Amino acid sequence: MSTITPLKDRDALSTWAADLKTERASGAPVVIRVSMGTCGIAAKTTPVLEALQSEIRSQQKESQIEIVQTGCMGLCHSEPTIEVYDRQTQQSIFYGNVKPEQAPTLIREESSQAFGVDVLTQNWYRPEETDADVETAQARIVLRNTGRIDPESIADYVGTQGYAALANVVTTMQPDEVTQTMIDAGLRGRGGGGFPTGVKWQFAAKQPAGEKYVICNADEGDPGAFMDRAVLEGDPHAVLEAMAISGFAIGAAQGVVYIRAEYPLAIERLELAIQQARDCGLLGTNILGSGFDFDIELKYGAGAFVCGEETALIHSIEGLRGEPIFKPPFPAVEGLWEKPTIVNNVETLANICAIMRRGAKWFRQIGTEKCPGTKVFALAGKVKRVGLVEVPMGTTLRDIIFGVGQGIANDRAFKAVQTGGPSGGCLKTEDLDTPIDYESLRALGSMMGSGGMIVMDEDDCMVNIAKYFLEFTLDESCGRCTPCRIGNKRLHEMLVKVCSGRADMRTLEKLRQLSDTIKDTSLCGLGQTSPNPVLSTLRQFRREYLDHVMNHKCTAGVCSALVRYDINERCVGCTLCARNCPVSCITGAPKEHHEIDQERCIKCGVCQQACKFHAVDKH
Amino acid sequence: MIKLSVNNRDVEVPEGTSILDAAGELGIKVPTLCHFKLDDFDIENKAGSCRVCVVEVEGRPTLAPSCCTPATDGMKVKTNSVRAINARRSMLDLLLSNHPKDCLTCQRNLDCELQRLAGEMGLHQILFEGEQMEHEVDRANQSIVRDPNKCIMCRRCETACNVMQTVGILSAVDRGFDAVVMPTSKRSLDDTKCTFCGQCVQACPTGALTAVNRSYDVWRGLNHPAKFKVVQTAPAVRVALGEAFGMAPGSVSTGKMVAALRKLGFDRVFDTDFAADLTIMEETTELIGRLTSGENLPILTSCCPGWVKFFEHQFPDLINIPSTAKSPQQMFGAIAKTYYAEKAGIAPDNMLVASVMPCLAKKYEAARDEFAPNGIRDVDIVISTRELANMIKEAGIQFMDLDESDFDNPLGESTGAGVIFGATGGVLEAALRTAADWLSDEPIEDVDFTAVRGLSGIREATVTVAGKDVRVAIASGLGNARNLLEKIQKGEAEYEAIEIMACPGGCINGGGQPSIKGDTSILEKRRQALYVIDGDKAIRKSHENPSIQKLYKEFLGQPGSERAHKLLHTHYTERENA
Amino acid sequence: MSTTCCERDTVIDDQPEARQTLDTYLDSLPLTDDSTRNRGFLIQSLHKAQDLFGYLPESVQLLVANKLGIHLSQVYGVISFYSFFSDTPSGEFRINVCTGTACFVKGAGKIVEEFTRLLGIDEGETTGDMRFSLGGLRCVGACSLAPVVMVNERVYGNVTPEMVPEILNDCE
Repeated sequence: MSTITPLKDRDALSTWAADLKTERASGAPVVIRVSMGTCGIAAKTTPVLEALQSEIRSQQKESQIEIVQTGCMGLCHSEPTIEVYDRQTQQSIFYGNVKPEQAPTLIREESSQAFGVDVLTQNWYRPEETDADVETAQARIVLRNTGRIDPESIADYVGTQGYAALANVVTTMQPDEVTQTMIDAGLRGRGGGGFPTGVKWQFAAKQPAGEKYVICNADEGDPGAFMDRAVLEGDPHAVLEAMAISGFAIGAAQGVVYIRAEYPLAIERLELAIQQARDCGLLGTNILGSGFDFDIELKYGAGAFVCGEETALIHSIEGLRGEPIFKPPFPAVEGLWEKPTIVNNVETLANICAIMRRGAKWFRQIGTEKCPGTKVFALAGKVKRVGLVEVPMGTTLRDIIFGVGQGIANDRAFKAVQTGGPSGGCLKTEDLDTPIDYESLRALGSMMGSGGMIVMDEDDCMVNIAKYFLEFTLDESCGRCTPCRIGNKRLHEMLVKVCSGRADMRTLEKLRQLSDTIKDTSLCGLGQTSPNPVLSTLRQFRREYLDHVMNHKCTAGVCSALVRYDINERCVGCTLCARNCPVSCITGAPKEHHEIDQERCIKCGVCQQACKFHAVDKH
Repeated sequence: MIKLSVNNRDVEVPEGTSILDAAGELGIKVPTLCHFKLDDFDIENKAGSCRVCVVEVEGRPTLAPSCCTPATDGMKVKTNSVRAINARRSMLDLLLSNHPKDCLTCQRNLDCELQRLAGEMGLHQILFEGEQMEHEVDRANQSIVRDPNKCIMCRRCETACNVMQTVGILSAVDRGFDAVVMPTSKRSLDDTKCTFCGQCVQACPTGALTAVNRSYDVWRGLNHPAKFKVVQTAPAVRVALGEAFGMAPGSVSTGKMVAALRKLGFDRVFDTDFAADLTIMEETTELIGRLTSGENLPILTSCCPGWVKFFEHQFPDLINIPSTAKSPQQMFGAIAKTYYAEKAGIAPDNMLVASVMPCLAKKYEAARDEFAPNGIRDVDIVISTRELANMIKEAGIQFMDLDESDFDNPLGESTGAGVIFGATGGVLEAALRTAADWLSDEPIEDVDFTAVRGLSGIREATVTVAGKDVRVAIASGLGNARNLLEKIQKGEAEYEAIEIMACPGGCINGGGQPSIKGDTSILEKRRQALYVIDGDKAIRKSHENPSIQKLYKEFLGQPGSERAHKLLHTHYTERENA
Repeated sequence: MSTTCCERDTVIDDQPEARQTLDTYLDSLPLTDDSTRNRGFLIQSLHKAQDLFGYLPESVQLLVANKLGIHLSQVYGVISFYSFFSDTPSGEFRINVCTGTACFVKGAGKIVEEFTRLLGIDEGETTGDMRFSLGGLRCVGACSLAPVVMVNERVYGNVTPEMVPEILNDCE
């Protein structure tokens, strides 16, 4: 392990990287990478790690096997996951659902396949390192290092070309060249709106020199997206390096990472990374002897979804309520402390070093004409293989859900996929072959959003899903403007009516009308998109709404007010249901047919689960 | 300059102009609710939150709030497209869906911007009905009633309280549908550092913030068979009361006001201006004492109860600097219930002293613990200019047809120095007139200290008094007061005398005055009217008021005497800054 | 202060150690004459204070407000805005059911219902013995384990209603 000393120039960095390569080559021939992101840890990876470590000791293989704790490998469906990498053959085997008791086998077999452990296929490639592979759906640019390096080691990062882009930028390029590269690359903001990143930088760069800021938006708030967390936990230096590059481009000396307080592990790793970068002279004054000064501080969110909106985020950093304000002025002109500020989200930033290393032309080869590059999705819900997915823009939903995700779990039928979180909409089977980009999703009434992708099956009620998102918006609306504060409350109330069978056709018309008004009048992007879940389900799943309204029926059997449990003739009078009923509304003597008091029934379904004779019907 | 078209008509405006103002140039008034602007005080609430002022802009995907969208070159705006009108009506519909529909019994009935818009837009039913907020109404203090259920989150009160006054007691709390403007921890106002200046009441477009109404108590007092009923009227009331009866701003209605009060049934109609003259006697004596000794300078005025409460909470280190003289209202009460009661042969506890004030903090002031010696309140009931106007209407008095009438004596006699107390700078000017006379060998000729007049927030001047330079400063509006005091604390400025009024412009803009509806030019007219009254007076120096001279001769002795101290001076209390 | 304007809790004085730590923290902030910029330290100070006291009673809010030179009402406005902050004490075990979309479609609602039933409290409430608080939680990004329940710092994944009694039993 090299000791960290400040690097005085670009050559010092290259020398260090070269040394690291040599050091690696002479290191242990086998590396076992253990996925230690929040989700991995929650899935009890720590005992696996400990078992592997103690097994190496007891088998005395310290010189043969090196253990590296990494961030999330994206294979969330099979946590705990590990990768066994052979440095000589450069081959990897991925194992999933690893149990501590499998450690002896795994260590014994080293880089040959261990018997009895789930093997996972690697279905991604890294465009920076290998040529495009048509067979492989996933292309990892953003997640290049995530799951591969030790996020707590700056040496690991430098060993994979880390900080080379920053070194090149600050020692050989002019700020406007950097901005131009970004414009040429055509990278668009991955936080939701898809605004061209380079253009944003240019606005701020054009402002008179002086105090300026770059902010990393790490307030990942979409309740179903976790790619930013994965990057911060798995490759924090990539974000720091990109921030420094953007600071150089616009003339800012200070960066701020605004991060959710709910991400303690990411905070810990970022803090460590910032300290390491400072120690190495990669942050601070006169970086690599270039005369460029740049430092980064962390600011914590405190639980407000709306702070993902850039003006709200800036207010939060300023110690105010996170309420958005009207733009213009745009932050690029008047942002943090009324100074020119650019706000880029984590995923956007995670693309920048690759663009700087390989150039705009290379980046444009990936993805589509209008949306170059990749997009990371957090694939979750009723899909078999839940996890982080990074695919080129233009990939179809089908390729993601049925390819990478391997289809719907538990033999159920696909019904819908929700993208864009509370700002997005639901897409159905007919839309599955649409190549995804910002425009195509918007045309379908949804949004790219930050990349949450929740798959739903026939057991999900789409009215209830719309109601869920509205509930979220209600909780998270800042309350500043009338349409979002009161309008969304009314939308929610109408959806409650629909779900409880108290709505009429007029309600549906009012739902649509008010949704349109909220879109047209709300102050910020969140308010303007908040009715999307309603509008898209109203359009795509109108039949379900009509069922609720006209027939008082919830086909998915979710809306409890429209559900009824009855005991059929199979009842043998075992009394199990009556004993389990939480509100004691089931009566009947032993060995006689039981009855449910419909007035008092809370539709919890416990009786149906308890019954061993399939004697409880739900309709 | 920027060229744009509004409703197909071209208009040219300077860069930075909002669509709202550009439309205004063409005489097109876009309805607004949260937008609030006080031109002369450089205060603007641009929350952009109510969304009532939305207009259609060609090429823009969503509607634009006209109050905060800057006009740009070539912009094509439609203020009355069906899309804009529908959106505007929906906004009002939503606001009303979460608003108590008790207009007829609301304090703001017929004076409510929300109600007016609903009328103008012809809203006849609420389309999107649903749950409404349920908050307790805060009636715990003497001055302001806070009904959060009527809050529409326009944030105008926040701007008034935090930006203009820097009192800082109001903030939006909670979020989403529950978001509402409240004091800290949803306390009641009397549990906070609220100064009761009432600028929030003036800013509020609905009935969420209103004044405590005491007119019924006055009616009861007036109908009491045994009580001797005395009323005093503050200087600023006479230049604003007429507006409530359709008179032009700046009209002086002293005579009609006195006549109306008599018709209402007061036994004596007296003038706070008399007590203002008395205040000058005491305060100037204090000023001269401090100037002579060079100690405890600068002296700060203490007539304004909002200001007094402000420094008690927020500048406790300055607590010994303000003059100890009571305010004119309290001096009046103290003299009425001692000197006058004795003279007229009335038992003090049988006398009812009512005040008509331009102010809401005066209601609080009259109820302060220290102003009830021997259990008898100096002042029993305080009503505002607005309440008086309503009482006159309620009594069926045809104000415009009234003949002018004069104040009763002796507590109705006053000088020009007394009446200018109603405008910012007036107290200081009145004090300077007397100080100059007292310090000079002979009476001064020119009593117009024009350097201290005006509406601007902070004014500084060096005036010559008896050959000596006296550095004075005037601040009106508590935000300006804070700036001035902080300058002094940092040692960046030094003065001998400072006048501070809580409300921007002084009492003419008090929380109890008829609303200026954002038109600050009305204040200038009220201000000028006071100086016209001053100019027309034969006696323009407080110490030359014959009734004042007689009061000292017969009762108080000298200014600053022991008796004067007992009756006319007070003390201040350090209060928590919370 | 010779006179106070209002009745207030005494938490700040009852916990001198926590107060000392908070004082030291606040004193260590690089505050300047610029009160607007100083406000930028508010949210981190509140995080610190809540770590120390468990919640943010008014006396603690006031200390922070005075140190940073901002109005108490603004501090309260901020606290009541962010769901992370609370001005009421929470139970010893803070049970938070993730309300993210993945957890929702995988039945988080049933989990909440089960906790509600067993604890006899609604979301946002604390049991009378101050042992348990029940709340929602914004997505923790462990969607693959949906539905997720967090008890203090411990994460439970793939939770079913049947697991709820076990989770409560774990709280010792």
